[in-house]
Amino acid sequence: MSSPVNTQPDGQWPLWEVFTQGARGEPFEHAGSVHAADAELAMQNARDVYTRRGEAVNLWIVPSHAIVASAPSDAGPFFDPGNDKPYRHPQFYVAPRGVRIF
Amino acid sequence: MADNEQDTGARSGVINKAPDYPIAAPRSTPVANPLSEYLLRLGDDRLVLGHRVSEWCGHAPILEEDIAMSNIALDLIGHAQSILALAGQVEGQGRTEDTLAYFRNETAFRNALLVEHPNGDFAVTMVRQFLFDAYSVLLWDQLAKCGHDGLAGIAAKSLKEDKYHLRHSSEWVVRLGDGTEESHARAQAAFDLLWKFTGELFERDAVDEAVASLGIVVDLASLRTLWDSLVDDVLARATLTRPIEGGMRTGGRTGRHTEALGHMLATMQYVARAHPGATW
Repeated sequence: MSSPVNTQPDGQWPLWEVFTQGARGEPFEHAGSVHAADAELAMQNARDVYTRRGEAVNLWIVPSHAIVASAPSDAGPFFDPGNDKPYRHPQFYVAPRGVRIF
Repeated sequence: MADNEQDTGARSGVINKAPDYPIAAPRSTPVANPLSEYLLRLGDDRLVLGHRVSEWCGHAPILEEDIAMSNIALDLIGHAQSILALAGQVEGQGRTEDTLAYFRNETAFRNALLVEHPNGDFAVTMVRQFLFDAYSVLLWDQLAKCGHDGLAGIAAKSLKEDKYHLRHSSEWVVRLGDGTEESHARAQAAFDLLWKFTGELFERDAVDEAVASLGIVVDLASLRTLWDSLVDDVLARATLTRPIEGGMRTGGRTGRHTEALGHMLATMQYVARAHPGATW
């Protein structure tokens, strides 16, 4: 017999992040999270919680602990320096005459 | 012993005779409309099981499972709705799916005894679901190709949803069986408890013979073989033991039910009977 289900310190089953794809070729978007004892049940729970109104054609399930996230306190040093550097946007540059702009 | 009891009865003035009202539907009733009878069997299985599963709404072990079980209950009730609507049309007495669901008493229900069995613990509910789902998927697979267009359409649509139900229930049976010592014991107890109701799913009577002439032909032998191998496969993965074949309990198809059904119908039918014709 396999080992008992691994529960978390909060007494819940492990947490999984759910990503849904609305149509083939579209990007996967974060839909939310579910608790489940293992990957197959996480997939089934995600199907029931996030796709029952036809929202998705594909699902990705990722163990929440596998996600490496930036800390909110890093927001300043990480993201602010980009704000005053407009030359990083392509729109900063004037296209030469005769160049087709998409 | 029997003689003594009779003597006592005579002395106390009690006359042992059969009551002059029907206490149960007879074992074989000539069926006026075999097709509507056949559809009632299909529809009632799903209506009764759907209601049983819906009893978990708000009580499932976790929120995600609560949503899953409510989804499954709604799917089954949806299948029942289409089948009973067709049964009413075929019968031609003006009964709708709602009349059939809410204004028949238990002896008029034609579901198998398995699906009316009370929920018990989570293992009993999941094992009951698994035994039925395995049967239902295989049955729909055959009926989707049957010669009755209306029924074939319902079968094809229901098959898709039942395949998901089977995936859900079989994965749970594996996890309960191959889980902790307690979940293993409970899952095995559930199989031992419910096994006696599985034989009825593969019975064949005059109604089946009659609808076969209408193009609704089910190959019961292959249904049984596939069901056996599917169940054995899941039992093996779940490290559970197949119960020994014993006396099978039957009667649901002719309206002889366990006491559980009447109690369930009392709850299910109360609102419709207290406020007939109410809408919102």
